[in-house]
Amino acid sequence: MFDDFFSRALIAGIGVALVAGPLGCFIVWRRMAYFGDTMAHSALLGVALALLLEINLMIGVFGVAVAAALALIILQRRPTLPVDALLGILSHSTLALGLVLVGLMAWLRIDLLSYLFGDLLAVSTLDIGVIYGGGAVVLGVLCLIWHPLLAATVSEELAAAEGLKPARSRLIFMILMAAVIAISMKIVGVLLITSLLIIPAATARRFAQGPEQMAVLAAGLGVVVVVAGLYGSLEFDTPSGPSIVVAALVLFLLSLLRLATGRPKPQARQ
Amino acid sequence: MQQIAPDIASPAEIEILVSGGDLGVYRGGKWLIRGVDLAIRRGEIVSLIGPNGSGKSTTAKVILGNLKPDEGNVSAVSGLRVGYVPQTLHINWTLPLTVRRLMSLTGRHRARDIDAALDDVGIRHLARAEVQHLSGGEFQRALLTRAIIRRPDLLVLDEPVQGVDFAGEIALYELIRDIRDRQGCGILLISHDLHIVMAQTDTVICLSGHVCCSGTPKSVASNPEYLRLFGPRAADAVAVYQHHHDHTHLPDGRVVPLEAAQSEHKSSADVPPDGRPDV
Repeated sequence: MFDDFFSRALIAGIGVALVAGPLGCFIVWRRMAYFGDTMAHSALLGVALALLLEINLMIGVFGVAVAAALALIILQRRPTLPVDALLGILSHSTLALGLVLVGLMAWLRIDLLSYLFGDLLAVSTLDIGVIYGGGAVVLGVLCLIWHPLLAATVSEELAAAEGLKPARSRLIFMILMAAVIAISMKIVGVLLITSLLIIPAATARRFAQGPEQMAVLAAGLGVVVVVAGLYGSLEFDTPSGPSIVVAALVLFLLSLLRLATGRPKPQARQ
Repeated sequence: MQQIAPDIASPAEIEILVSGGDLGVYRGGKWLIRGVDLAIRRGEIVSLIGPNGSGKSTTAKVILGNLKPDEGNVSAVSGLRVGYVPQTLHINWTLPLTVRRLMSLTGRHRARDIDAALDDVGIRHLARAEVQHLSGGEFQRALLTRAIIRRPDLLVLDEPVQGVDFAGEIALYELIRDIRDRQGCGILLISHDLHIVMAQTDTVICLSGHVCCSGTPKSVASNPEYLRLFGPRAADAVAVYQHHHDHTHLPDGRVVPLEAAQSEHKSSADVPPDGRPDV
């Protein structure tokens, strides 16, 4: 089954979706969508550096994404600019740096588009191992920090007062985000990773009655979206990343339709 | 001089849960608070009062350990379990969170204990409601329940009656006293509502960047510093609210008689129950 490039992409994509869903919920709850975007855009710089230093691409991406997150935390401590301006600067400058660096390495013949938008053909058996191994570690760590992270999401002050160390859970969460960006880059591409994190989570919100349920639902919806998107990509010969995002969008719109025509939203009060 | 939990023998033996000495916080070129001393004992309700910007919340944050003081230090008994109701808490609507789930936010509790706590505070009927759909008063009650279900040694309540109507306010303060009586915890209460604070508190600390005056509600109410800060009419705050309620209103609208045990702190002046007396 692993012999066929499409099966490999499918298995890899499902692995990515299972991790992206629960993590994406926290990105939505914590309003970190643009933060995630910035980390993802910095991934291209990671690719360029990895090619330059001849190290594993995922390690390069992970390292640069962590560095970008740390840089943001440090810059935010000194209130020089509003956060959105800082994110904009970091997001686009790391992307541009990556593009320039790749351009300068004239001896390399790499397909830039496959990094930006994902590539079905690029997934190797080793990648699948890294996605499932890394994904299992990410989910395991997320389970460990779930309670303190959720408490900090509701209120950092409250979590700190009751002894839950919110700064530590936030830092661990950012490292997990960097790991997910690294393992999902080949499937969805750096420009679209955030949407795989956010759209299934946003869709799940309409059906979930609790945070844990929303995380599981987001993982499930992510799998549906990845499978649909990859088949679409194969069928219409479109890049895999955008195809997955379009599938996610369709599902999201369908969930809105349910509101307009279907049953009334479950009432909070009885 | 201080109201203490019934199971504690004599004031001399009462354990100091947390104390701050000579606390100072310097931010943005000025001292938010300076030279603040306070101590909270087990079974004691300490209220911080003061105008806006007088450093009430800052003092609470320092006591909680969320803010490191630039001067002075805080010492707490080891293993102090804290329950906290912050001043502002906005829960993003994308987070599906029922009242029941909110209860185990910072620690796990048995379903039975959660039901009992929700019953105590009178919001059992809201257990399955999403917190974003609660009214101001219901939300404050839910936050209070969440804090007390931890069976804290120290309960810190920052403006716990915001967004609550007048009758609800009195009910909430009585609930807070009731919690102290039953659990024997120390309570640090922040409020700008002088009247009710004066009736429900053991020790009042009047802040204005520094401690203006402190002591029992009566002694503070007659202190010239207090009168200067809040105006002469504030002196009435103690007298007017030391009245006796013979019944109280539950959040779901039921009227229940007030237990005799609850009224130890109040005299029985004849003011209509729950009517707003003229100040």
